[in-house]
Amino acid sequence: MAELFSRPAAHDPAAPPLQVDGVSLTYDGVAALRDISFNIPAGTRVAVVGPNGAGKSTLFKILVGVLRPTRGEVRIYGASPGGHVCIAYVPQRSQVDWTFPVSVADVVMMGRIRTLGLFRWPKPGDWRQVDEALRRVGMLELRRRQIGELSGGQQQRVFLAQALAQNAELVLLDEPLSGLDVPSQEAIFSILDDLKASGVTTLVATHDLNLAAERFDQILLLNRRLVALGPPASVFTPTLLMEAYGGHMHLVPEGEGVMILTDTCCDGEEAAHE
Amino acid sequence: MSDVLSWLAEPLRYAFMVRGLLAALIVGIVCPVLGAYVVLRGMAFFGDALAHIILPGVVIAFLLGWPLGVGALITGVLAALGIGALSQRKEIKEDTAMGVIFAGAFALGIALLSTQRSYAVDLSHILFGNLLGVSAGDLWLMGGLAVLVVALVFAFYKEFLVLSFDPVLAVTLRLPVTFLRNLLLVLIAVVIVASLQAVGVALVLAMLVTPAASAYLLTRRLPSMMMFGAALGAVGAVVGLYLSYYGNVASGPAIVLTETLVFVLVLLFGPRRGLLWRRSAEAA
Repeated sequence: MAELFSRPAAHDPAAPPLQVDGVSLTYDGVAALRDISFNIPAGTRVAVVGPNGAGKSTLFKILVGVLRPTRGEVRIYGASPGGHVCIAYVPQRSQVDWTFPVSVADVVMMGRIRTLGLFRWPKPGDWRQVDEALRRVGMLELRRRQIGELSGGQQQRVFLAQALAQNAELVLLDEPLSGLDVPSQEAIFSILDDLKASGVTTLVATHDLNLAAERFDQILLLNRRLVALGPPASVFTPTLLMEAYGGHMHLVPEGEGVMILTDTCCDGEEAAHE
Repeated sequence: MSDVLSWLAEPLRYAFMVRGLLAALIVGIVCPVLGAYVVLRGMAFFGDALAHIILPGVVIAFLLGWPLGVGALITGVLAALGIGALSQRKEIKEDTAMGVIFAGAFALGIALLSTQRSYAVDLSHILFGNLLGVSAGDLWLMGGLAVLVVALVFAFYKEFLVLSFDPVLAVTLRLPVTFLRNLLLVLIAVVIVASLQAVGVALVLAMLVTPAASAYLLTRRLPSMMMFGAALGAVGAVVGLYLSYYGNVASGPAIVLTETLVFVLVLLFGPRRGLLWRRSAEAA
């Protein structure tokens, strides 16, 4: 109860948005994540890639504070996740109940309820912020729709608008691109560009190594441990990829470069952990 | 016209019928407001279990000569919090644990009651309610609990909404998730206690779930789902009570049957998610 009345933790703008230090998580004696450490500078767009069961969703849940690491520490702008409301988590589409009786604008307003505070109802200014967030993701006309009446790409954009309305400075997206056609993916990327331009740091879990290589500043290659973190050119090397994917990947030499075939896909499996 | 009016006025000549009607209206209106969350969060089994777990509390209060509502309230709140704590553990699946406790507590209640001579009558009142036996004191208790529940649902509206729609968002927004979850469970217990006199332990679930489920099929936003549910609950209460009076049927079951009929009609003919509507939309 006290949490409702306490102020969110102090925000140290000089500290990196995301600092992960020796994080491990063990489920029933099995290590889901082992000793992960990294820093992400502000405004960076990071693709989190790795085979199924690599712990991408688990890592995200630790970063937002839903799961507590067995060891290690996460700092967001210098404070533990427990104190912050500047993180937004965009769930996998399969994790959301799309039949729930809420409109597009209702879902976006949810991002503002902590800022609003207890026993307060949204004021016209709050609805204006919601509309502004919806306009930025190109969904303003659909604000009254029930969320089940949207396409996959539109559903993803509603949650991005929620992150905008929350004024999040660190946004985690779990498989936002899978199952979307190219125009919908492009719409998501133009919003991610918009976020980057306003200094927001984004982490995107994806299975699409092509998009990861072409559209992201940094690649975080994960397989229970941190295999590599760096710009695509330095991470997508045959050695590192084999290290992360092992037998789930075939490397086919092709002229100058290497063609990579992976057999991972689809959401859902990692969510089974929880 | 005057025939219809006198038909409507006839039962209200009796003070016990007026009290019964007021009680049915209070329960019919309040249950679906909270029932919206029961339906959306898939807590129907929890509600049913809780209603049955309350039985020994009611019986013990009855044996000690305490007001039944007090016994029910204490057991209900303790059981809600106990189940809340249990569901956070992993030794056993939540519904299994609830099932074990629910059946055990129910058996205890019946065993205690069976030591009494008036066993059969008391049992049927506790199981199926005794709307026509509502006293003025009962009405005050029900009214008070109803106001409390509606006020809290209103006060925590946006928090309960986020908790139900997206529990991860509730955590990232640093809402006091455990407190809110327990508050919701306790409110369900309170509503069940308020409804016991009207429909009894065995039928309380229908008051919570049925009108809210009908409203779910008809609406697209939570506030309208709550209001529609309350309206349908009120209609069910009034229609059911008149059916009970003229048809000489027990009042609790009459109300529940009316609400069930409304649900079936909405399911078939509802404009949005109704089965016939969808069939014809698919054919088009």
